[in-house]
Amino acid sequence: MFSGDMATADEILRRSLTDEVGVSKGSVSGSEEFHVLAVDDSFVDRKVIERLLKISSCKVTVVESGSRALQYLGLDGEKSSVGFNDLKINLIMTDYSMPGMTGYELLKKIKESSAFREIPVVIMSSENILTRIDRCLEEGAEEYIIKPVKLSDVKRIKDVIMGGDGK
Amino acid sequence: MEVGQMQRAWVEYTRSLFREGFLDAQFQQLQLLQDESNPDFVAEVVSLFFEDSERLLADLTFVLEQQNIDFKKVDAHVHQFKGSSSSIGAQRVKNDCIAFRNFCEEQNIEGCLRCLQQVKQDYYLVKSKLEALIRLEQQIVAAGGSIPMEELSS
Repeated sequence: MFSGDMATADEILRRSLTDEVGVSKGSVSGSEEFHVLAVDDSFVDRKVIERLLKISSCKVTVVESGSRALQYLGLDGEKSSVGFNDLKINLIMTDYSMPGMTGYELLKKIKESSAFREIPVVIMSSENILTRIDRCLEEGAEEYIIKPVKLSDVKRIKDVIMGGDGK
Repeated sequence: MEVGQMQRAWVEYTRSLFREGFLDAQFQQLQLLQDESNPDFVAEVVSLFFEDSERLLADLTFVLEQQNIDFKKVDAHVHQFKGSSSSIGAQRVKNDCIAFRNFCEEQNIEGCLRCLQQVKQDYYLVKSKLEALIRLEQQIVAAGGSIPMEELSS
């Protein structure tokens, strides 16, 4: 689906960002870091995805539910302590099957929001169900990956997203 | 035992766990995530898995003891268990869960009870093996050695 030049594009992007931002002092938007919001109701999976992302040089925020994710993004209707301008999320990775709000429902809410609809959302699921995959992709998911998530999955996704719109 | 012996024992033991189907490639993925900055990563994930599993098994036992079994609940618990065992590479447990879900779908009580026994058995087996493996790793590190992960790919 994508050309093999992602590594080059990635490097160029990283270098230019570092040049622009330089050393970060105090609280900045952290635009030099690739910030991922991971959503999963499983303790084990949260621990694993957090490590997978950190080892891939991402800044990570992990939450245990869709409603927590919306809270974090300030989309839950309540006053959030974090202003939209300060919150820089580059990618949202969410489990599909979660009690309460599914990953699909979370995806919909994110795509309905003017502030966050541009953020790529990746769905993770242990179930390889074609209709489910189609539905998620139609709703705007960047990818639907099958669990268990591997290091190569995270690397590939990060490269694709940092490489820009290589579609 | 000196470090070299312990390291060789570790390699042999790990290889046997993969060979006998207790663990699969996903466990190797977890080992890849462990390094000097996160030397206890595998032990921590495994520990979380144990906590999670004991809770799930207790819930499953409870639900299956009821007069009117709520198969949706059983399925939900088994699905979770399948997920976590898959995430750490506990292959036998994961496969037991797959069979378990089939019996849930059929609402087959006998089948479910048999599966519960099987998954418990395999869980406690892999638990003791993982505990032994981690203990060995801790001994190696305490003796100043390192875990020879690279030996596994040979």
